[in-house]
Amino acid sequence: MTEACFNEMYDSGAVRSLYAALEGWTRSMPAELRQMKQAEAEALFRRIGITFAVYGEGGDPDRLIPFDMFPRVFSQTEWRRLERGIKQRARALNAFLVDVYGRGEIVRAGRIPAHLVYGNEAYEKAVVGFVPPKGVFSHIVGIDLVRTGPDEFFVLEDNCRTPSGVSYMLENREIMMRMFPALFRENRIEPVEAYPELLRRTLASVAPAKCDGDPTVAILTPGHFNSAYYEHSFLADLMGVELVEGPDLFVEGGLVWMRTTEGPKRLDVIYRRIDDAFLDPLCFRPDSMLGVPGLMDVYRSGGVSICSAPGAGVADDKAVYTYVPDMVRFYLGEEPILQNVPTWKCAEEDDLRYVLDHLPELVVKEVHGSGGYGMLVGPKSTTEQVENFRAKIEADPDNYIAQPTLALSTCPSFVAEGIAPRHVDLRPYCLVGETIELVQGGLTRVALTEGSLVVNSSQGGGVKDTWVLAE
Amino acid sequence: MRLSVSHRTTYCYDAPIRLAVQSLRLTPSVYDGQKVIDWQIAVEGGQQGAGFRDGAGDWIESWSVRGPADHVTVTVGGTVETADLTGLLTGHREVVNPAVYLRETLATRADAALTDLARAVADDAHEPLERAHGLSGAVAEAIAYRPGATEAHTTAAEALALGEGVCQDHAHALIAAARVLGLPARYVSGYLFATEDGTPHEAAHAWAEVWIKALGWIGFDPANRCCPDDRYVRLGSGFDARDAAPIRGIAQGPGEESLDVEVAVLQAQQ
Repeated sequence: MTEACFNEMYDSGAVRSLYAALEGWTRSMPAELRQMKQAEAEALFRRIGITFAVYGEGGDPDRLIPFDMFPRVFSQTEWRRLERGIKQRARALNAFLVDVYGRGEIVRAGRIPAHLVYGNEAYEKAVVGFVPPKGVFSHIVGIDLVRTGPDEFFVLEDNCRTPSGVSYMLENREIMMRMFPALFRENRIEPVEAYPELLRRTLASVAPAKCDGDPTVAILTPGHFNSAYYEHSFLADLMGVELVEGPDLFVEGGLVWMRTTEGPKRLDVIYRRIDDAFLDPLCFRPDSMLGVPGLMDVYRSGGVSICSAPGAGVADDKAVYTYVPDMVRFYLGEEPILQNVPTWKCAEEDDLRYVLDHLPELVVKEVHGSGGYGMLVGPKSTTEQVENFRAKIEADPDNYIAQPTLALSTCPSFVAEGIAPRHVDLRPYCLVGETIELVQGGLTRVALTEGSLVVNSSQGGGVKDTWVLAE
Repeated sequence: MRLSVSHRTTYCYDAPIRLAVQSLRLTPSVYDGQKVIDWQIAVEGGQQGAGFRDGAGDWIESWSVRGPADHVTVTVGGTVETADLTGLLTGHREVVNPAVYLRETLATRADAALTDLARAVADDAHEPLERAHGLSGAVAEAIAYRPGATEAHTTAAEALALGEGVCQDHAHALIAAARVLGLPARYVSGYLFATEDGTPHEAAHAWAEVWIKALGWIGFDPANRCCPDDRYVRLGSGFDARDAAPIRGIAQGPGEESLDVEVAVLQAQQ
């Protein structure tokens, strides 16, 4: 696997120019220094309190996610193409959401089956007919990308609800700059630290019409028991906005109020990090203690903005994913810049037959699953594992999609034996409000186990700093 | 027919509450079969909040009551001019795609018995409208009207197994059976002018609507073996009783809640 795939640093033994500086850097770093630095990085991560919790994967909340000091590098040219593709996709996904909660033109046109949209659990009847400010449902679009060649990038999945992990993008950079200041003096690396301010501006730009003056923004967290709590408080801190929990808020007079020591303060924009189901017990799950009773009524009458908008999840369903290139063509009249991974839908008879016939070579995923659980990586599985999975698919075909096993690109990683290539993916965070913004960088996840293609931190994945070099 | 409705719901708390928030779906629908002459909603000691028409065409209104309070009283009432459209919901503005109402909920999940009931009807009837009538009749046959036999949380499958229930159970069973046949169906809450003297006997009523492509939404009331006519006042709809509830509320406080409801529907003088 490792040999056949695209190596981002080496081109048949020769160092690509992008990585020339890093090659020198590693050569000048003896093993002892590297181990010392690695320990230092770990201590820094511990001290700031950033521990294991990406993408709602669960697991031990106090485990440290492994940090790989070897940066990943993109050129300006590579990044500009990615950026255009990401922004295009973010626009199409939002256009889709406005459409399916409105007239549903894409369904009427027969471009996507009605049951995939209207029968989808993430489709919220409660928000049908409501258009959020600026027509934006998904304000932070996390698009997971993998690379298979110099110019070949594929979208693995879209995350339109509340993609997490951006704190790692910021912290990875912060820690690298602290530990290796010379690297940042000698290389012209595009900064990512504008992200929190861009996020704040994005959120403020979608304040409801009823808001006059400077919008008040807050992050709504389920609380410190949540695995991503660190990220919630980190972002609130960097944006200079309040971090609130459900009980800190109440509705009255068609508005949302935040309890403060100086009395109630009106809240205009809520960046929520809790799922739709828990937002408001009067509208969704009646047993939820995390949300704010009456919030959805205020939202639907235009008294407050909720980011991402309730119901946005219908756009990032794995079955809907296969139609995103069609969305780009349908809404934007453009050809998709970023390609989807070819996907077989087990719900369809022909596809199912193909999948069952080729299981050992495919990756099979649950339609609603996340975090690398409940998936089969055919080439890495034993015959027994493949057969067990076959039974699961046959029992409930609608619940599975399958994709070819991609030869994910590798980037050098520091491992116990020294430096070795490891497979990586990329999650950039695209901000959608009045304008569409993307910092030049993202979160690179790395499968630290040799040969592994699973980058999820729950399955032995780590993170690394991602550089975009200035021209 | 001109109907006058008065409906009072009182929540009593054995310890004072700090705050109550309610989302009310208590305003008659706007469609060709009914016209509101006058209508008021009042929550004692409450402050009116957001009001809007949702995608299903229902008017939703929020209220909040700041404590301390030991009770919350919601009073609604007014006069509605109704017409008999033999169940048709014409002139009703809504944006929700009917396919959304194929989704099952806990209360409307079809078990083997409900599936059998639906299939038996489908064997004899082929047109969707004929099937919907057949299903409504079959549900009425299978579940005898008996107040107190079931509870708010009883599911369609449980009511069918029991063979007894009230309008809520009839509606749930009809919805479940219709969805088995691929017909979108939904729960409707409203009022019924039941007897000449206006006795509040099931005056707060519920029935189901089934989507028939050629005709749109059509109401069916298995409990009374008919389609809604000018004795009915329609308030709103949802996937099931919980989703279509006229009052959704929450009170913050340590005490237990008790409920008292009075509903009267009378024929108004012209």
